[in-house]
Amino acid sequence: MSKVVIIKYNAGNVQSVIYALNRLGIEPLLTDIPEEIQRADKVIFPGVGEAGTAMQYLAERKLDKLIRELTQPFLGICLGLQLMCEHSEEGNTTCLGVFPLKVKKFPDQNKVPQIGWNTLYDLRSPIFKNVAEYSHVYFVHSYYAECMDEFTISKTTYSLEYSSSIKKNNFYAVQFHPEKSSDVGSRIIENFLKYT
Amino acid sequence: MLTKRIIPCLDVKDGRTVKGINFENLRDAGDPVELAAIYAKQGADELVFLDISATLEKRKTLAALVRNVAREINIPFTVGGGISTLEDVSVLLQSGADKVSINSAAVKTPSLIDELAKQFGSQCIVVAIDTRMHNNEPIVHTHGGTRPTSLNTIEWAKEAQSRGAGEILLTSMDHDGTKSGFACSLTATISSSLHIPVIASGGAGTMQHFADVFTIGNADAALAASIFHFKEIAIPELKRFLQHHNIPVRL
Repeated sequence: MSKVVIIKYNAGNVQSVIYALNRLGIEPLLTDIPEEIQRADKVIFPGVGEAGTAMQYLAERKLDKLIRELTQPFLGICLGLQLMCEHSEEGNTTCLGVFPLKVKKFPDQNKVPQIGWNTLYDLRSPIFKNVAEYSHVYFVHSYYAECMDEFTISKTTYSLEYSSSIKKNNFYAVQFHPEKSSDVGSRIIENFLKYT
Repeated sequence: MLTKRIIPCLDVKDGRTVKGINFENLRDAGDPVELAAIYAKQGADELVFLDISATLEKRKTLAALVRNVAREINIPFTVGGGISTLEDVSVLLQSGADKVSINSAAVKTPSLIDELAKQFGSQCIVVAIDTRMHNNEPIVHTHGGTRPTSLNTIEWAKEAQSRGAGEILLTSMDHDGTKSGFACSLTATISSSLHIPVIASGGAGTMQHFADVFTIGNADAALAASIFHFKEIAIPELKRFLQHHNIPVRL
């Protein structure tokens, strides 16, 4: 069985991600030890919280450099996606820069944060195998990553169209919470484990 | 398109689900984890667990319940009922709750909202407001809706938002348990005064009531308990009804 590591840092509810993996029969390792992360077959980078604080925490432990240099399949979730971009308007934060994308705050014509179930479309990745176009997944966020054809593997619209999932080489990231997105979310996690 | 959310609320006491009619005459409607799994399967968008027990073991029982629910179900859920400290919140979030709702404690110590939002992020802090009309003015009530305060509900909702609440759960005590419809007018006023989502609660009796609270009331989500527990309205049927009325829902 492949070894799945969840990166431990000072961000939100990792317990839900652990339980979601448990439901798929996986016992992940939650750790911030560099060697353990490097040895993993798959790495999951969850996150709920504030970008600046999270980046500071990662930098203090030199996890920022480590993450950028990982070569195994890597999945960022929610704040994880935003931290993998170049820059976030949240606290004017320089992020990891895996993706050359900017993270911006939603305009205020709709309620912010976006909380609830929205659709994914223009699906372009094996992580969406057997996931129908316009499937609903659960989002909670105030900031979004812009669309860029080279990296966007799913789009969502809330006030404007943005990247709800992105990919570059071994790095995957989703803005929604697959661990809270019912059977669709579970399938996406399973696909990530199986097809990347 | 972001959909409107349907949220069953499970009142729990000593680890069992109950629902009071006007918060009295509690009736047992089953095991919370089992009920949660059924609702998740039926298409509930989120769940709320409200702990109404007042025992000393309450905190441990609730954390255990949260762990059991989080293990079993794959949709988001909120936990509320007597939460008053950073430590309470920390334990519940670490146990697997997605959000916590605070009510009386926030009224008593409004800065608690700021502290919780700063520590855990606004997205997991729901401020629950129990409101009742007094001389045509909506007034915030605490302690399960039994104690009136001097706060105007609309003003308090705005303050909660400015202090960092991520959502407002608005329960109309005038409507709760009556099955005569949600407080659409007050919900609309509050929803349009805020930039955070509003969950309407209290008064659901028919499917049309849900349609009304989403259209007239401009609610982002609607919460109900007994009509779901006693199978008066089934969630799949409710969602098809709403879709038929051009209200975006997840099917």
